[in-house]
Amino acid sequence: MAVLLLGEVNNGELSVDATAKAVTAAKSLGDVTVLCAGASAAAAGEAAAKIDGVAKVLVAEDASLSHRLAEPTAALIVSLAGDYSHIVAPATTDAKNVMPRVAALLDVMVISDVSGVVDADTFERPIYAGNAIQTVKSKDSKKVITFRTSTFDAAGEGGSAAVETVGVSDAPSLSSWIEDKVAESDRPELTSAKIVVSGGRGVGSEEDFKVIEALADKLGAAVGASRAAVDSGFAPNDWQVGQTGKVVAPELYIAAGISGAIQHLAGMKDSKIIVAINKDKEAPIFQVADFGLVADLFDAVPELTSKL
Amino acid sequence: MKVLVPVKRVIDYNVKARVKADGSGVDLANVKMSMNPFDEIAVEEAIRLKEKGAVEEIVAVSIGVKQAQETLRTALAMGADRAILVVAADDVHNDIEPLAVAKILAKIVEEEAPKMVILGKQAIDNDMNATGQMLAALLGWGQATFASEVVVEGEAAKVTREVDGGLQTIEVKLPAIVTTDLRLNEPRYASLPNIMKAKKKPLDEKTAADYGVDVSPRLEVVKTTEPEARQAGEMVPDVDTLIAKLKEKGVV
Repeated sequence: MAVLLLGEVNNGELSVDATAKAVTAAKSLGDVTVLCAGASAAAAGEAAAKIDGVAKVLVAEDASLSHRLAEPTAALIVSLAGDYSHIVAPATTDAKNVMPRVAALLDVMVISDVSGVVDADTFERPIYAGNAIQTVKSKDSKKVITFRTSTFDAAGEGGSAAVETVGVSDAPSLSSWIEDKVAESDRPELTSAKIVVSGGRGVGSEEDFKVIEALADKLGAAVGASRAAVDSGFAPNDWQVGQTGKVVAPELYIAAGISGAIQHLAGMKDSKIIVAINKDKEAPIFQVADFGLVADLFDAVPELTSKL
Repeated sequence: MKVLVPVKRVIDYNVKARVKADGSGVDLANVKMSMNPFDEIAVEEAIRLKEKGAVEEIVAVSIGVKQAQETLRTALAMGADRAILVVAADDVHNDIEPLAVAKILAKIVEEEAPKMVILGKQAIDNDMNATGQMLAALLGWGQATFASEVVVEGEAAKVTREVDGGLQTIEVKLPAIVTTDLRLNEPRYASLPNIMKAKKKPLDEKTAADYGVDVSPRLEVVKTTEPEARQAGEMVPDVDTLIAKLKEKGVV
């Protein structure tokens, strides 16, 4: 059996962490071939070849593949699908956009957000915001899967896979890219950070989110937010941690002013150590926290920042 | 133009799902059910496009158990014009997979010829995040998923999408699929007079067999279990104690 893994490529650069975590998840299913697609993807392909456990790398370069539009990317994957029993990707927003389209084109069900591999046909995945874990056995001839990266350790470096170039077939142009609004940040990426500091509704304003950011910067942490904080405009959408946002599992997760709705817990309850700081001692976040502090976050968080 | 809005009846957003003791699934008997929150956003977006004059007719569709007609009445009360119920299951525990749902929707699209289908990006029960993308594939349409802004401009829609790095704006040719993310809009509540009026709006009832679609699952559910429970730890009295504890654990 052989696995085709869609590498996470943004603007020609491989997201090594997300891709390497998916490699770990996929390794037991067969030889892993990583596909790097983009307007330019050769450098990403070189990076993918170094991931331990990668057997081969395919590089597909074409202007239509820039910005990861779903239609040409899915068409490319389908054109390569014949050789593979499993077609997989890390469960990023890009892959979640593309992979169900691939599955439907192949007339198979997609298996999203897989958190455990039982055997070549059988997989575990969280449902109901992580309140249940379902084990499903696929009857399809090909499996199309996205892997929840927070539950797999990244494969290391040390591989030296062969890199091949593949041709790109013409696909009808159904959508076109206009612009990206990506906040530049020196902070670590939320889904791969060792420490995450998150703020919720209790932070109260975009201005006051600086209190959260200051602690994050002191710890070299990423900044997260609850849905309530994002909906209220205190924090950008790409900071959202939860059922429909990002799923994180850092060494340390500090939740300040977050009550702990089940939808938020779904995105962070696999963190190694959880610290909750909240004024309300009844807040449900304390039921999952390793260390709870009942305090006003505007006192406790700056004090933490200054004393750490 | 006409817009199709599929809606799903799911466990209410505020209800905690309980796994059945025999591991056969999540218990949905006597549990409050509501419209999937992302689908409410989809209905709302269709209504707003209609209010702006970009849309003439909104058709709501639900595929599942017969009781999903309640969900369709909610969509009608919010402002959809008519509804189609496709009965595809007789037990609420029998979830119809996104691939089968997309196949039925593709048949309805053939009949109804909408210019746009707006769907929730994911259902909060199976958390698959797939139906819209699958429908786009089956129809050969473009897709704009995880939308936080939709602007219809002639024969195209400009859609801003919530992605991992921030926001991406794309243009998609119509007809197209749009799936909704949380920040697209805030759905309205149906007023009492509109709830009364919705009872008189047309609601067609069909079955999966009417569309010739096999809804048998591709994924056999082997078992459903509770996740490992996380135990509450300890409360600390002050910041100094907290720092000492974190140092002890070696995480700071």
